[in-house]
Amino acid sequence: MAAETNLLQAVKPAEHAEEDPREHLMFDPRPREEMNRMVMEAMTTTTRRYWIWLIALGLGVAVLLFGAWGNMILTGIGVAGVRRPIFWGVFIVTFVFWIGISHAGTFVSAILRVFKAEFRRPFTRAAELMTTFGLAAGALYPLIHLGRVWVFYWMIPYPNARWLWPNFRSPLVWDFLAITTYLLSSTIYLYLPLVPDLAMARDRTKGWRHTIYKLLALGWRGTEAEWYRLRKAINIFAFAIIPVMFSVHTIVSWDFAVGMVAGWHSTIFGPYFIVGAILSGVAAVVTILFVLRNTMKHFDYFIRVEHFDALGKLLLVFSMAWAYFFFNEYLLSWYGGDAAVKQVLTLHATGPAAWVWYTMLICNVAIPWLTLWNKTIRRTPWAMFIITLLINVGMYAERYTIIPLTLGHQRSPFDWGVYNPQWTEISIALGTLCLFMFLYLAASRLIPLVPVWEVQEGQMAHTLRKVGKAEVPSVTELEE
Amino acid sequence: MAEQKAPQKWGLVVDLDRCTGCNACIAACSMENNIPFVGEDEVAYGRGLYWLYNKREWRGEYPEIKPAFEPVMCQQCGNAPCEPVCPVFASVHSEEEQINLAVYNRCVGTRYCANNCPYHARQFNYFDYELPEPMNSYLNPDVTVRRRGVMEKCTFCVQRIVRGRQKAAAEGREVEDGEIQPACVQACPAGALVFGDVSNPESKASQMARNQRRYQLLEELSTLPRVTYLKGGGRYGG
Repeated sequence: MAAETNLLQAVKPAEHAEEDPREHLMFDPRPREEMNRMVMEAMTTTTRRYWIWLIALGLGVAVLLFGAWGNMILTGIGVAGVRRPIFWGVFIVTFVFWIGISHAGTFVSAILRVFKAEFRRPFTRAAELMTTFGLAAGALYPLIHLGRVWVFYWMIPYPNARWLWPNFRSPLVWDFLAITTYLLSSTIYLYLPLVPDLAMARDRTKGWRHTIYKLLALGWRGTEAEWYRLRKAINIFAFAIIPVMFSVHTIVSWDFAVGMVAGWHSTIFGPYFIVGAILSGVAAVVTILFVLRNTMKHFDYFIRVEHFDALGKLLLVFSMAWAYFFFNEYLLSWYGGDAAVKQVLTLHATGPAAWVWYTMLICNVAIPWLTLWNKTIRRTPWAMFIITLLINVGMYAERYTIIPLTLGHQRSPFDWGVYNPQWTEISIALGTLCLFMFLYLAASRLIPLVPVWEVQEGQMAHTLRKVGKAEVPSVTELEE
Repeated sequence: MAEQKAPQKWGLVVDLDRCTGCNACIAACSMENNIPFVGEDEVAYGRGLYWLYNKREWRGEYPEIKPAFEPVMCQQCGNAPCEPVCPVFASVHSEEEQINLAVYNRCVGTRYCANNCPYHARQFNYFDYELPEPMNSYLNPDVTVRRRGVMEKCTFCVQRIVRGRQKAAAEGREVEDGEIQPACVQACPAGALVFGDVSNPESKASQMARNQRRYQLLEELSTLPRVTYLKGGGRYGG
């Protein structure tokens, strides 16, 4: 008995020493003005390296994306590798990839806000920006992949003399409506919490920046009534955007599940795509946080190992959920007994492009499961950077398996085919990556990337109280 | 207005016992429907445009092998998978002919219909295909020439159906059985293809379709194809 008590006493202080509450941003407050200055400095500091990257990425957008796309519009979709029976290739794969990436911005921000997860505070905006720019990159693809992009507006319900409307039975029209809704609502959701920070920036700048922030801050003064309405609006949006987020990727999955292609026609696709989207998106948030922490001034104060740790746990859970749905797809197909589906799924693992399937499993299951359970790895930012990049490689491979590799082996073996991505497709896919990075890089110096008021609010609510000799972290409930 | 008649259901019967695999149907189809030649490289990559293609399979063990053929064209499904997925109504069902129409001018080129067709009967114009000088004089004025970026497919030579119906109406009579023939049927030297009104039980196509050898492609998908195949390679010839 006595020995046990001794053991407990021996272990406890050691644990405490490891978990110093001041490692957490919320328990490591700084004066408000100092923090404002830090964020302003991070926003206005530009190095030579920054400009080189910005120009290089701008050129990448111009040449890789718009150059290749323009050439394709002038000559025809034939410069891409699609061929019968694989009519959708890298364009649709990359489309689903970007829409998936755009998911976690809202997921991290809205769901963690609704559930009052305090660690979200410093990086909600970084995540929301990822949503907006991921959508901007992804929403180009429904246009890029069209055979006749110059008449794309026929897919939009607009009044016209011939009374022709789009076909509301087509998943592509649902897609268009869902993505537009998501883009609009997530942009508003990005903008609302930005208003007080823009006002903060307005009061601390001169010249062109002042003019822009003055316009965007909407005359924010910080009165009690303004805060009350802002909180209410953010709360409404945080709740309302969650179903929108779930619907968007479900609808993207319906592009496939509604079709009668063997291997697509599955009711599991909705949740399967959502879990995959959140997995790839949360991974992308970690990747971005690593880059921000290492390149922007003062960001090592805001983005800490605790954030990598928390997001790493989230990633592990979603990797397991993804594996569950992946397994389920096979289980249900086996139970359904459709020979064509069985054929397709077998060929994924044994066909000419089986390496894509194995890449997917290694990057999405093996790597996260073998590494993310380990606290030391989760708390090592560069390791998390590599792991999350690999997860996104795996998710790209997943979409590649689902689209061209499934289309290539349908019910009639005479019509089987393989598909080779061509330079135009690779160039456009890289071009949208450049577009995403370019927009993010530009925005990082134009708007405060850390929601300062949210961090300050959180720090005010968190205090360390002295109870006897121990310091006890305590949190005050802020919103109701 | 005249009394509304029940629409004629056009259908095709393919007797595989008679098919010799000569591909005359494919050539006739290309001529009739202004199907462009895409060039050697493109065909090698799998982009040859055929509204009608001949599935070939080898039966038996080497050296005792025999070829078997199965010409596949758009099956003009009664419950067509290509129709609901098109966002702009470029793939629609025609009330009058009971076939699937491809509206080339409306197509924006999402290619969803082609993915969703279990018969892979739909073709895509990857480029603008130019015809060399004397060849452009053969173009059929009744059929739209498609530009790049649109889908196209077999229409049962709808231009011939319309012309036949108009001719009969002008002469004040019903369309006779066998009067309307798509190009492939007309060109088939072995008489393996028979076209007619399958809603009329007396038509030659209906009579032929009532056969023990009858089957339809991927019947289990409930697409209700209008094309009926008669199994080949049995003891009655082939």
